Amino acid sequence: MYTLKFDENLCATCQTSDCLVKCQFMDMESEAAHREMMKIVKGEYSSVLHDCKTCYACEEYCPRGNHPFYLITERREEKGMLTASRAITNQWINMCEPQGKYKVGEIKGKALSCCFIGELRRFARGKLFEDLRSSYILGPEFFCEVVYLHFAKPSIIKERLPKVIENIKQLGIKQLICMHDECYGSFTSLAPAYGMEVPFEPIHYFEYLFEKLTDLKGQIRPLKMKAAYQRPCSSRLSPDKYHFVGKIFDLIGVEMVKREYQEENALCCGEVLRMVAGYEVANEVQKKNIDDMVLSKAEYCVFNCPYCEMALSEKVSKKGIKPIHIIDLCKMAIGEK
Amino acid sequence: MIDIHKSLVEIMGDEHVSTGKEELYFYARDPGLMPAHEPDYVVAPETTEEVQKIVKLANKEKIPIVPMGAGMSLTGLIIPLKGGIVIDMKRMRRILEVNEKARYAIVEGGTSQGALKAYLDRNYPNLRHSIPDAPPTVTIAANVAIHGQGRLTQMYGFNSDMVSGLEVVLPTGEIAKIGSCSMSPSWFSKGPTLPDLSGLFLGWLGTTGIITKVGLKLYPKKKMRDVELFVTDREDLIPEILFRLTHTEMVEDITAWFQAKPLIFQGNHHVTLYITGDTDEELEFKRKMVWDSLKEFRDSKDGGFMWILPAMKPTFLDMPQRSVTTFADVKKGGGFEYSGPIALIEKYPVLARKLVELGAKFKVAYSGMARVIGRSHAMMFGIAFTFNRADPDMMERVRKALHEGITFAFDQGGIPWKPTVEEQKMAMERMDPNTLKLMKMIKENLDPNGIMNPGNWKVA
Amino acid sequence: MEYEEIVHRCFRCGYCKFTEDYHDINCPPYLKFGLDTYAAGGRMWLINAWLNHEIETSKHYAEILYLCNTCGNCKEHCVFTFKDDLLNIFEAAKAELVEKGLVPAAVKDYLQGIIANGNPYKEPQNKRGRWAEGTGIQPFSDQEFLFYVGDAGSYDESGKKMAVSVGSILSEGGLSIGILGSKEKCDGNDVKALGETGLFAKLAEENIRLFKEIGVKKIITLDPHAFNAFTKEYPKLGGKFKVWHYTQVLAMLVKDKKIPLSGYELKVTYHDACYLGRHNEIYDPPREILSAIPGLVFAEMKRNRKNSLCCGGGGGNFMTDVSGLGKDSSSRIRVREALETGAEILAVACPICYKMLDDAVKEEGAEEKVKVQDIAEIVHQAIRS
Repeated sequence: MYTLKFDENLCATCQTSDCLVKCQFMDMESEAAHREMMKIVKGEYSSVLHDCKTCYACEEYCPRGNHPFYLITERREEKGMLTASRAITNQWINMCEPQGKYKVGEIKGKALSCCFIGELRRFARGKLFEDLRSSYILGPEFFCEVVYLHFAKPSIIKERLPKVIENIKQLGIKQLICMHDECYGSFTSLAPAYGMEVPFEPIHYFEYLFEKLTDLKGQIRPLKMKAAYQRPCSSRLSPDKYHFVGKIFDLIGVEMVKREYQEENALCCGEVLRMVAGYEVANEVQKKNIDDMVLSKAEYCVFNCPYCEMALSEKVSKKGIKPIHIIDLCKMAIGEK
Repeated sequence: MIDIHKSLVEIMGDEHVSTGKEELYFYARDPGLMPAHEPDYVVAPETTEEVQKIVKLANKEKIPIVPMGAGMSLTGLIIPLKGGIVIDMKRMRRILEVNEKARYAIVEGGTSQGALKAYLDRNYPNLRHSIPDAPPTVTIAANVAIHGQGRLTQMYGFNSDMVSGLEVVLPTGEIAKIGSCSMSPSWFSKGPTLPDLSGLFLGWLGTTGIITKVGLKLYPKKKMRDVELFVTDREDLIPEILFRLTHTEMVEDITAWFQAKPLIFQGNHHVTLYITGDTDEELEFKRKMVWDSLKEFRDSKDGGFMWILPAMKPTFLDMPQRSVTTFADVKKGGGFEYSGPIALIEKYPVLARKLVELGAKFKVAYSGMARVIGRSHAMMFGIAFTFNRADPDMMERVRKALHEGITFAFDQGGIPWKPTVEEQKMAMERMDPNTLKLMKMIKENLDPNGIMNPGNWKVA
Repeated sequence: MEYEEIVHRCFRCGYCKFTEDYHDINCPPYLKFGLDTYAAGGRMWLINAWLNHEIETSKHYAEILYLCNTCGNCKEHCVFTFKDDLLNIFEAAKAELVEKGLVPAAVKDYLQGIIANGNPYKEPQNKRGRWAEGTGIQPFSDQEFLFYVGDAGSYDESGKKMAVSVGSILSEGGLSIGILGSKEKCDGNDVKALGETGLFAKLAEENIRLFKEIGVKKIITLDPHAFNAFTKEYPKLGGKFKVWHYTQVLAMLVKDKKIPLSGYELKVTYHDACYLGRHNEIYDPPREILSAIPGLVFAEMKRNRKNSLCCGGGGGNFMTDVSGLGKDSSSRIRVREALETGAEILAVACPICYKMLDDAVKEEGAEEKVKVQDIAEIVHQAIRS
């Protein structure tokens, strides 16, 4: 049985309570934040359990790596609290249940993980992926399970993630290029937080892209464009990889526009917010985010997560900003798009 | 002794008349479960005059006639139970007129839903009609004749309520105009404020005459259309959910549905609702009204709106919705049939539970769906099963499941929609005797020789 | 019968009859007869009945099967997952009739013509290359491209005219082309469509052997039917060549300005041939050529690209003429559609379409209003102007 590796003392002695003080959805001073966090630590009811919008940001804000958001999720489930409706929660649990329908390519020691998102498989074409395209995994059997944090169902994660890890191990994969940011977060943050061993090396696709682009430097034609970057919620689980966005942009001649809602202050895409917190909150977040992009004169909005892309593409287009996934952006830079 | 075949060829030309075994085979059946019965002739006229000549000939020679559109009622309504002449109306497929300001169209007796939709899309993009989810080949005339429903039924009623006039060939061969067109060049009313004679032809399953022209009301078509999907795991909440949604008066079509597979749908009831608008503001206002109307269910976590991914939206926004047709091949067998009793919406939970029970009892794959009629005045509850046409045992199980389902629906106070012959009998057994007398009187007077689709609405 | 496990799955819903937006009926035999048995759903149900011995083989059954033009509209618009096998099913059902010797007389005649003479026109083989006399086009020896002309291009009057205009424009464009002339054999595409799979295999194997012997690597076809056979069927029998339809090559020559175009000030509409368009998704090259001609006004017909209405000549009907030329024949409907655009020229890229539509123009009494020309002819006109 997997339990969350959480150190009470780290919270008890925390001077800043950044997890809740910095929260974009709750307005708390340090003292109140500490008080509420300690309630959660002790398993008591806290308004935070009701008000948390599941944006994952506190996982990054916590300076001590003590997994405040995973704890909130655990407490929610212990108390039978739902974020989204029962029906929607069950829908997602059913939707991603492994059913023996998956695809595995010709696996070499290194493989691409496309999670269960077909779009990621389609992205894996061209010079950037020619060595690895045929070595891939795709399907619910390889799903990262992170989404169940949104639905306050860590039990599903604890049940399914070990099997996912085992499935990957059985294929003999030593290095897994995670095409889905969330998968990387799953194997490097979520799994270890629950004491699950990960017997392969997860590699963030940003890192892979940067290496490939460096090899193909001679073929890069600088794009000379201004772009806003849409940082997904899952990126909060792997903040150490964020710098690759800037490095890739520099390499391909894209200027990341300075805007209010970026880096630590980034806003999530809002669609999951719609399911867990409602219409008004989601719309407000999306409006703030997109208005910010417009104000900063972004020509493009660059996506990392396909779900963010689905959530915001049409909305940014309506404001005259072209949506593009970072992989397509890189392909553009080497003349493939 | 008159040569019927020769007479028919003289009316239509030999390319459009057949006594070939192949045509007799095909037109003896529909894609549902009802037993086949061959006609003696199959004809495809092109004009009202040709139809009239066929009817006069049939009346004189006392030959049964069965008019048909696409034959997609699935309940055997176009199977010629007593042989005779099947009249395939689909060559009469012109769109005769669109009156934009009065918002009506006049089409022929075989004009398809698809053709009218496409014509309006191209030529009158601000107008639409109430299109059903049946394949686009189904005809407007047949759809109104069986009181079909479509995308505008929640707003404006049955598709037959949207008729604005008819031209019919009576069983005795006269051509009659029904509604305002009987005394005016305009087709804006099917009856009122004259005596409403349209009721003599709508719902009679082709037993009182052949519709050769239909006036159909058209409605405003907004520039944008979007879909929301509300999901709950409690079927008992559906009536209240639908009641609140209809109260907003902001919604186009509303359907509630459930099915066991695929897994994403398991265990839940889904309410698909459509909103339209000419501007983003209008659309978002309506969306807000809709979300707000269901706030109580959202807050209690008894229900929530699903995120419809961009890749899924075209399926929902498709008109007609192709996925309704492809349900037929779930069992890789090309078959589906459904009973669609009309009932009070408050019966949704009990009918839904019955359908699940029937699926388990008869081991057949089911799909349940309710379309709201009017402002929750009633619903069409679809009891649908898919079957493999190459598996007679499965087909028999589906027949039994349908029989049990419709019996139950009648027990719950429902009435039949496009009933099979058996369902017609069951309905008539429960009907007020004076109502039956009236039906009989009408049929006997309009069709003294009993040639019109005999075997249907057969009042004892 | 091959594919028989699929046949019962047809729901006879009728999506197969329509264009994509349901605006028009797009199945030629259904258009003509107006009876459901003549549409794809009808054929499927009848084949199923035949397999189950509910109906017997008859002249009418054979006629219904052979009236299919193999235009592919049903395959394009059917909503079921087995849609891609629809034409294969019809072909397999026809093959059953061929095996039993129960094909319509006109089809038998067509096939016998090919067996005896190598072509359905029953013309001698040695006349095959005569269309090229006076053009300067040489027999194939070691040129870069084999220009494959096909039966219609070799023997039909309009087809030969097309062969001359295409051959000469390709030469003028600087391409190195050679022809087989009297050595050329029928490509077999329509033979296969008629269910004579044995004869098709023989023709294909003979062609593949010849092409390899003489060193053919690249082929330009006049006829989309040959293009289809060479790209889709020949590789299965070991014949892998690089194949283009002439419009693809001509589009490249026009784009690279290898052909000087002065102008052609007429309104032109283009008919998408089924074996170029729907079957092989080649829609743009002919349009690119027409758009590049100064002064030419291009008008699309209502039914275009994957919704194009078949001229009625496919499935061998071009020769067998099973469906005839009544007012509801698809070729005449197509001409009426062309007239609606106001076009003076109805452009084609297939010799079979050329013949069918040209005859239909005459039947419609529209010779003064619209003329059928192939793309290469139009380009010739544009050069001379």
